[in-house]
Amino acid sequence: MLQVKNISAYYGDAQALENVSLAVSESGVVALLGPNAAGKSTTLRVISGILPAASGSVTFNGEDITTASPQERVELGLVHVPEGRKLFGTLSVEDNLLLGGYCGRKDRKTGSRLERVYERFPKLKERRNQDAGLLSGGEQQMVAVGRGLMAQPKVLMIDEMSLGLAPLIVKQMFSLVQEIALEGVCVLIVEQHVQNALAVSHHGFIIESGVTRVAGTAQELMESALVRESYLGH
Amino acid sequence: MNLLVQTLVAGLLLGGVYALIAVGLNLIFGVVKIINFAHGELVMIAMYATFWMWTAWSLSPYISIFIITPLMFGFGVLLQRFILQPMQNSSPTIKIFVTLGLSVLLQNLALVLFGGQYRSTTFPWAEQNFSVLGVTATYGRITAFLVAIALVIALFYLMKKTLTGKVLRALAEDRETAGLIGIPVKKYYLVAMGLGTAMAAIAGVLIGPFQSVFPLAGAHFTLLAFVVVVLGGLGNMAGSLIGGLFLGAVETLAGTYIDPALQQVAVFAVFIIVLLVRPQGIFGGSARNAEVGLK
Repeated sequence: MLQVKNISAYYGDAQALENVSLAVSESGVVALLGPNAAGKSTTLRVISGILPAASGSVTFNGEDITTASPQERVELGLVHVPEGRKLFGTLSVEDNLLLGGYCGRKDRKTGSRLERVYERFPKLKERRNQDAGLLSGGEQQMVAVGRGLMAQPKVLMIDEMSLGLAPLIVKQMFSLVQEIALEGVCVLIVEQHVQNALAVSHHGFIIESGVTRVAGTAQELMESALVRESYLGH
Repeated sequence: MNLLVQTLVAGLLLGGVYALIAVGLNLIFGVVKIINFAHGELVMIAMYATFWMWTAWSLSPYISIFIITPLMFGFGVLLQRFILQPMQNSSPTIKIFVTLGLSVLLQNLALVLFGGQYRSTTFPWAEQNFSVLGVTATYGRITAFLVAIALVIALFYLMKKTLTGKVLRALAEDRETAGLIGIPVKKYYLVAMGLGTAMAAIAGVLIGPFQSVFPLAGAHFTLLAFVVVVLGGLGNMAGSLIGGLFLGAVETLAGTYIDPALQQVAVFAVFIIVLLVRPQGIFGGSARNAEVGLK
């Protein structure tokens, strides 16, 4: 469904990605792993079109989208939930969700999509009129994921979902990711916490210093020497 | 006492129009992140348009406003599309030079086309007096105030309740994320610039019947609008409304009680005091000022 081939990218003169490749199939959870500053978030930024790829290609459903605008990609169903949640803090929870559905607003089903998000996150319905900036970290992450779901994603990319959240909330968020995947959405999660991420994924990719090092099923990754030594510590 | 009330009322009436000009400037600043030094020239163009439509075609300002406003909305959109948008990723300093240059260009264009003399739109109805409880004001000034305040409130409503307004607020807060979730950022910049320009234009038409226009008339409004915006907080719309009313009162009170020649001095005294004591504005700003080079 989503194919990233040999991309490189720069921030000004600094090279952030050297050679990253990954492929994501129809549905399920895929983990993009790696240490701090490996280029995981940058990879997502290239995939969603806010950072141009200097070389390589991004293909979605067989269509080359390497130079497509972020808006075109969202319309195709490629949706990015950014690191740090990036909510519009002075807008209400409901307005944040509605803006997530901006691209699909013309089919007049935004209301029913909103209801579905509220069913999934009953807490957000209670807080629908509050400023998003005043919510707790866990609730903000729910809004961020809900905003992404409002765009009817085929591939949902969630960057550092568990960052700064309490362990219990992290557990909830991971089971939520599995639920979303069961509904036919492919979820690409970027995580530093390798064990948690691989526990819910069927595939994984590890990038280091802007290069894809390992790709394989979650099982293979768990058993690979690199992961055992570098990430799991045994 | 009567003089004080009379002066205060006159000041607040004028202040309503200042608020409308400033809210337009603030919208452009908050959303497009451009400090538009040509904002007053937009008022000036609308004043000339009002004058000529009245002089050449006997179109009353209260009719020509319906022609001038959409035209100026379009002018704002064109400015954004062909002058500001290509500069969007330049440094803040360059953007300031561009709008400053635009202001000089428009001033000189007016000088070439219309000459340097003062021109007044003399529309008799607007000069008639209306009195309540011993306080008198002309119909022109009262209409200007009422329309300006109604529009400022309508804009608040638009920003708060409509999808367009929500998108504009989201853009003001974080344009990268807005783009990321699929909002066509450039299109909404056109909308913001069009709206801001239309508001400056409406203000220009409204004051046409009681203020003369000349090629440099806009400079005064640019400066006033900046003082109002700084007073009320960059990006803070409600602050602009209150700031506009306050500044109108300060200007008129200084003119009556000190000296008409010192009106601008009073305005800038307020400006400097606010910058020294509370640079974030009396009500605080919400825009990210770093992006336009203010931090």
